[in-house]
Amino acid sequence: MNTTTPSIDRRQFLKTTSGVALFIGVSGMLPLAISCKNEKEIQLQLEKHPLTAWVQISEDGQITIYNPAAEMGQGSMTSLPVLFAEEMDADWSKVKVAFSPQDVAIYGTEGWRPGTRILMSAGSRVTKSYFEVMRNAGAQARYVLLASAAKHWQVPIAELGTDQGFVINTQNDEKIGYGELIPYLEMPETLPDFTPEQLKQPKDFRLIGRDIPRTEIPTKVDGSAQFAGDVRLPDMIYGVLERGNLHGAKPTLTNESEILAIEGVLKLVPFDYAIGIIASSLEQALAAKKLLKIDWSDAEATGFNSEEIFDEYEKIAAENKKGRIITEIGNVQQALRSAARTYTVDFKNDYVCHAQMEPLNSVVQLTEDLKNAEVWAGSQQGGDGKLGVPEALGIPPENVKINLQYLGGGFGRRSMTDFVVECVTLAKEMAPRPVKLIWTREDDLTYGAYRPLSLQRLTASTDRQGNITSLSHCVVADNGNLATSGIRNAYYDIPNQFAESRGISRGIRLKHWRAVGHGPNKFAIEALLDDIALDQGTDPVELRRKLMVKSPRALATLEKAVEMANWDTPSVAGRAKGVAFLERSGTLGTGICEISVNRDTGKIKVHHFWSAIDAGVIVQPDNVRAQMEGGILMGMSSVLKERITMVDGRIQQSNYHDYQLLRFEDIPETIETEMIASTEHPQGVGESGTPLVACAIANAFLKLTGKRLRHLPFTPNRVLAVLNN
Amino acid sequence: MATYTLDINNAEHTVEVAEGTSLLWVIREHLGLTGTKYGCGIAQCGSCTIHIDGSPTRACIMRVDNLKEGQKITTIEGLSENGDHPLQLAWIEAQAPQCGYCQSGQIMQATALLEGNSSPSRDEIKTYMNGNLCRCGTYMRIVKAIELASEEQIATR
Repeated sequence: MNTTTPSIDRRQFLKTTSGVALFIGVSGMLPLAISCKNEKEIQLQLEKHPLTAWVQISEDGQITIYNPAAEMGQGSMTSLPVLFAEEMDADWSKVKVAFSPQDVAIYGTEGWRPGTRILMSAGSRVTKSYFEVMRNAGAQARYVLLASAAKHWQVPIAELGTDQGFVINTQNDEKIGYGELIPYLEMPETLPDFTPEQLKQPKDFRLIGRDIPRTEIPTKVDGSAQFAGDVRLPDMIYGVLERGNLHGAKPTLTNESEILAIEGVLKLVPFDYAIGIIASSLEQALAAKKLLKIDWSDAEATGFNSEEIFDEYEKIAAENKKGRIITEIGNVQQALRSAARTYTVDFKNDYVCHAQMEPLNSVVQLTEDLKNAEVWAGSQQGGDGKLGVPEALGIPPENVKINLQYLGGGFGRRSMTDFVVECVTLAKEMAPRPVKLIWTREDDLTYGAYRPLSLQRLTASTDRQGNITSLSHCVVADNGNLATSGIRNAYYDIPNQFAESRGISRGIRLKHWRAVGHGPNKFAIEALLDDIALDQGTDPVELRRKLMVKSPRALATLEKAVEMANWDTPSVAGRAKGVAFLERSGTLGTGICEISVNRDTGKIKVHHFWSAIDAGVIVQPDNVRAQMEGGILMGMSSVLKERITMVDGRIQQSNYHDYQLLRFEDIPETIETEMIASTEHPQGVGESGTPLVACAIANAFLKLTGKRLRHLPFTPNRVLAVLNN
Repeated sequence: MATYTLDINNAEHTVEVAEGTSLLWVIREHLGLTGTKYGCGIAQCGSCTIHIDGSPTRACIMRVDNLKEGQKITTIEGLSENGDHPLQLAWIEAQAPQCGYCQSGQIMQATALLEGNSSPSRDEIKTYMNGNLCRCGTYMRIVKAIELASEEQIATR
């Protein structure tokens, strides 16, 4: 901890009538109180002392807390400030929230990798990685207030306490509001680091664990919440790109002069993989885009027919040479040789697209000398938080100001920076005018970055008692890495395990899609378990009880879900229940669904979905429920309806008419979520609902019909084919 | 290019745009009323839902030159003075939005539903709202918000 005395006079803090910024050090750095109106002074102080600014207090007691994470609907704009306000003991009714500057040295977290700070809102790790950061910062802010009051009242700090925005003298009940303290604010020589024991204990929580209305929801119901595409700046012009439907193909524009002659078109900008148009208005840009005549080259994906590719994937799965080994426990070969029964099953899934409601966009403005950039984007951040802009321009990161906006859906798509870097390329041509880049829905879908198509080949063995003695899991996928999450079975007592991935490149753009590999891999594992259970005449819950014998937390979620769903009471005729368990982002969860099937149309109807999760300490219970509901509905959408296909490498889908999402008409009657009480560290919930869906539905289908769904999505045609087989 | 005068949220706006320009771009980019959103451009998602003379309409496929004299446009900004239309309050109580991008369109569609049918059944709600997509999956809470607002409407009569 830094204990050197600052070179400036501690009394020398500036204040204005509109308030004081209280910059609080996170790692024991000496804080300073600086006028929040004097930007130049703030900059000077920030250069002299590496400070972190988490909160601003004004004299009327209003508090602004900074959220360092992206807000894509997962609630960071509330849960992170709640953590801070809890420890600061702030009056929540006086709290406002703003996005922090995108400055990784100050606002990054080491929660991903100790020793490395990053800004990153992905992997369901925001609450997890900022839990200590925000609480410590809040505790330090409270300490500064206590120390200042102690000095002002000339009493020992030990005689003071706080209560929701007030410092209280416990000896005489005198009190002073945080805002009133501003004239007396003094910085202590040193700021303590707070051990977990010195932070608030759960029994004293006022905010953590309570449902706090999300801070930005009022702006999301009155239309004032700003997304990047809503930004309007003086002298702004518009950009669009035509990228075609063959990923990576190179364009040759054949009617350049015709396009340049169109009213409003200002410039054509070539990209390796696209033609860019800059125009005075959005409609002019879009009209010109439609008239582009482009010859496209071949690309790696040329010749790729996604509907016919699984034969090849099966061959790869059958090959003798192993791919990248992920799990190797015990001796699977031996278990197979001495097995009473073995099972080998293939599972498949098609590509799916993020299809977030807000098509990608960004706004970029460069100075005329191209040395400074300002960006407006809804991004999931990443690394230094500068979204690839410094590299694209060859300028230092401090010359790039990122104005983070709300994201109209992230799901993993917005941690890619293509839509920002494209806008930088356009803005370079028109500096200093700001350029707004809009991706159409067609651009977003057709030139998307998908969850990979994959094949899982699983082999299991059981002994004479019916115990599962081994599990072997091979995933063959376009980009092995994206397809391997969820392949491990840490909570099942299976003594011999092997898991590997065999990568194959098809030249298709790929990305993390909500829950990444967990959707397909857990589908495979959990469906295989129910296959085994059916073969043994065992109840699928009973089979899992045995597997979870060494995992009490997993078992607790299973028992809870079983209770919620009345598992032991059979469904009415024409309906059946299916169960699945998985761990994702540190959260353990069991899901049970009840379905029916229309045997004429092949349509699966989900009537109810129950889930019980153990996610550690729950910071915002209702928000967790919302994430489970939303995740389950997104799961249902992808499991029942969604697929991206390629013919000769060309993406076949372009908008919501041919890439259909779940609608109101298909929602279940109920979705219920229970959270197991826990004092463990908060875990990630955003991706814990989605991967439960494929397996729960497949298992319910097996119970209902005795038949097996093996290929995601379970479209009506596929269901009919299975039923009629 | 032509000049159009539009009555939006009880205020007159004049724009000069090419004939055939989508009303959505007029509202958003030319007039800065950005609460109405672009989601698909082919009336499949409902994010651009506004009211024309009280009827829910997808602004994306509406040409500005197809508006008739005297037609009154309402956008989400014009639904209430302070974001306190009963549906907006119900939406907050139900904590319905997640990313929020589709919600303006959802609320505009729901407003029209309740104006025509003050106590819709759950099935009626789902059918009426079916043209509005939500990728975050807030459908359950939207239904709840509409039911809350409908009960409130009936209670305060």
